[in-house]
Amino acid sequence: MNLRISGVSKSFGTTPVLNDINLDVAQGSRTAIVGSSGCGKTTLLRLIAGFITPDRGEISLGSRVLSAPGHDVPAHRRGIGYVAQDGALFPHLTVAANIGFGHPRAGRAQRIREVMELTSLDATLATRYPHQLSGGQQQRVALARALAPRPEVVLLDEPFSALDTGLRERTRAAVITALERSGTTTVLVTHDQEEALSFGDGVAVMISGSLPQSGSPESVFGNPASVDIAALMGSVVLLPAVQVEHGVDSALGRISVRHDRSGGAESVVAMVRPAQVSLTADDSQCRASVVGVRHIGPVAVVALRTQGQHPTAISLTLPSHHTQSLQVGAVAGLTLDGGAVLYPASAAGRYLTDLEN
Amino acid sequence: MTTSPSRALLIIVVVLVVGMLVPVGYVIEATARIGVSELAALLLRDRVGELLSNTVLILLLGVPITIVLGVGSAWLVERTDLPGRRFFSIVSVAPLAIPAFVSSYGWASVFPSIQGLGGGLLVATLAYYPLVYLPALATLRGLNPSLEESARSLGLREGAILLRVVIPQLRLAILGGGLIVALHLLAEYGAFAFIRFDTFTTAIVVAYQTTFAGPSAASLGIVLALLSVIVLGIEATARGRARYAYVGSASPRPAELVKLGKLAPLAIFALAVIGTLATVVPMTNVIRWSFATNPELLNDLWRALVDTSLLSLSGALGAIVVALPVAWLATRHPSRLSRVLEGGYSIASSLPAIIVALALVTVTLNVAPGLYQTTATVTAAYIIIFLPRALVTLRAGLAQVPESLEEAAQALGKPPLLARMRVTIPLLFPAIAAAGALVALGAANELTATLLLAPTGTRTLATQFWSAASSVDYPGAAPYAISLVLLSIPAVALLFAQTRGKTR
Repeated sequence: MNLRISGVSKSFGTTPVLNDINLDVAQGSRTAIVGSSGCGKTTLLRLIAGFITPDRGEISLGSRVLSAPGHDVPAHRRGIGYVAQDGALFPHLTVAANIGFGHPRAGRAQRIREVMELTSLDATLATRYPHQLSGGQQQRVALARALAPRPEVVLLDEPFSALDTGLRERTRAAVITALERSGTTTVLVTHDQEEALSFGDGVAVMISGSLPQSGSPESVFGNPASVDIAALMGSVVLLPAVQVEHGVDSALGRISVRHDRSGGAESVVAMVRPAQVSLTADDSQCRASVVGVRHIGPVAVVALRTQGQHPTAISLTLPSHHTQSLQVGAVAGLTLDGGAVLYPASAAGRYLTDLEN
Repeated sequence: MTTSPSRALLIIVVVLVVGMLVPVGYVIEATARIGVSELAALLLRDRVGELLSNTVLILLLGVPITIVLGVGSAWLVERTDLPGRRFFSIVSVAPLAIPAFVSSYGWASVFPSIQGLGGGLLVATLAYYPLVYLPALATLRGLNPSLEESARSLGLREGAILLRVVIPQLRLAILGGGLIVALHLLAEYGAFAFIRFDTFTTAIVVAYQTTFAGPSAASLGIVLALLSVIVLGIEATARGRARYAYVGSASPRPAELVKLGKLAPLAIFALAVIGTLATVVPMTNVIRWSFATNPELLNDLWRALVDTSLLSLSGALGAIVVALPVAWLATRHPSRLSRVLEGGYSIASSLPAIIVALALVTVTLNVAPGLYQTTATVTAAYIIIFLPRALVTLRAGLAQVPESLEEAAQALGKPPLLARMRVTIPLLFPAIAAAGALVALGAANELTATLLLAPTGTRTLATQFWSAASSVDYPGAAPYAISLVLLSIPAVALLFAQTRGKTR
């Protein structure tokens, strides 16, 4: 049963929060909605959960309409699980009572054991109270609680953002495994693009109340619909470029074009990812001077400035042992692997660093 | 995000407010009946000016003193390493078990020189500061210690943390407690009458005794009602639109204690002096009188005990039922409308017991004579009089229950009502129990309305005490005074246990 959101808009008072949202989430898939804070992604999640109702548009699950003008299935009849940012565990109930809260009495104990195992929670935690758990355990209990009644869909509202890095990664891995094993359709909202890209099957990008692009993580990362989306999904290298036959000419030489999203604009920029750029001997056709080198354990971040007509700043993360010969002021050659995505130069203005002066 | 309340909730609250406003209607009706010119003639007298200055002075001096005593004690016993903090936390709540008029009798029957404004302040602040202490204690326990830790890491000293982080968060508790104290000061009859300190309330009772519900009692009541409205206005303005719910991740952990160091002896001395004056002195005197009591009095005592318990329990249940809808409306759906409705409750309850009693006498006799001097009428009076106690406690409790928990329950398939029953109500239970205890406690000690409204033959401890004490039969009053205190102890203990919260 697909979760389908079509034409949904929502305002709080006179402040529009969501504008004509369309999104399809396939059954059993995991979709991440990524956007900066305040862009409306939590509101979208609360609309799907049924805590608030949309002003316009329709939300349906399979053939069942959850929310449409004049028709609203209350949250408790939607069969949609929800994991709040802080877990929202009931402080007066034990872990087991929290997890069993939404499950019918019959088979409850059995189901509690199942989902605790599913979410890698130690059985000895069952009698503890929420304040006796670590943050990561609290979030896994919240997930176990949401999964226990076997919901069609689980919604996760930045469930890892309150956790520290190592714990966040472990908890995220445990949560993804649990979701995979349960086969539950999942929608996650996050501001962390890495989390969004690694979460599952789909990524939807939200920018100030709209969803301008959604699709597979590869397509959203590799073929972003706009410069804004490209920058939201990861570091970018934006090169002013001139269109020629079979590609564009830029500070990194001639580049092939993977996707042309310039819409025929006269002046374009070529977007490539830093990972596509590598250092070579300085006799290559395009050269850059080293502006700075910063070592971070096993890797080093090398800041470069291309030489030539349109100097461009590029920062590359390389294994430390590859950078020993690089000193500030040295000149290195650059090669580019793979193609670029073209955008109108007018849309890239605020991402272009002016290095000409 | 403020959502609008359901129609049913609004209707319930409006109906309850209308019911609660019966005494206000009585005051307005009385004003219209007396007329402006006669009212002016009744009020523009030196005597009324004296009453006004007494009443305003006891408010301006008494409320700040109770706040300092209440918040100071709460902070010392809850957040510092004060030696014997558990003992002092009980000492600080103990005066609540002694009705103000018993305390007044305990002092003045032995030190007859205690009288006037000074005497009123002494007796009333010592009797009422636990009304600030308890909400302050409850809030301090609920505060997230990470706020204080953040302040400490920002370079603030303990004193600055107290002033800039802790006390601002205590604002709701201070304002709520201060409001109750102010309304008690306005409505207090027994304690002030005993030491011959004249306020509007004592003057109204005197006027009632001479002219029944005549114009002179009513005209003073109108001024007193206005004073109550002013007090409410000040509190409402100061409270603003603040909502304090717990924010941040994880469940709160217990706080680190502030080290008192060299100040510890001073703190112990201060709490010991307050405890002695508030509890030890009056109770010692009451117990001394009781040695002179005629033992035959004990039969009457039993009857009074049963009557008092039944009446105060029904008042407590009634007050919770009436307070819960408006507390819900005020915390979950704050809006201009909810403030107006809540204001209606508060105005009704801010009227002194004597006015409420007069109104209920007048209304029952004119509208439903069958209800005149029945348990139902006394219960109604208790609800109206003691509602703020329930309301403040329930509101503070509700503000601490995050709505996200209810949403989580709904997402797990529980209908809204069941979600509330299973999540919000259990979390609110400490507040409900506290509200009930506070109301029952007040009702057990209530004197004026009980005298007027209780069914014929019903003798409560308070009325029996008063008839003995006011006829200078000090030994005869002592057993009732002791019973009033003993009867209050379980309620105070429950209240105190709930305030401190369970530690799992």
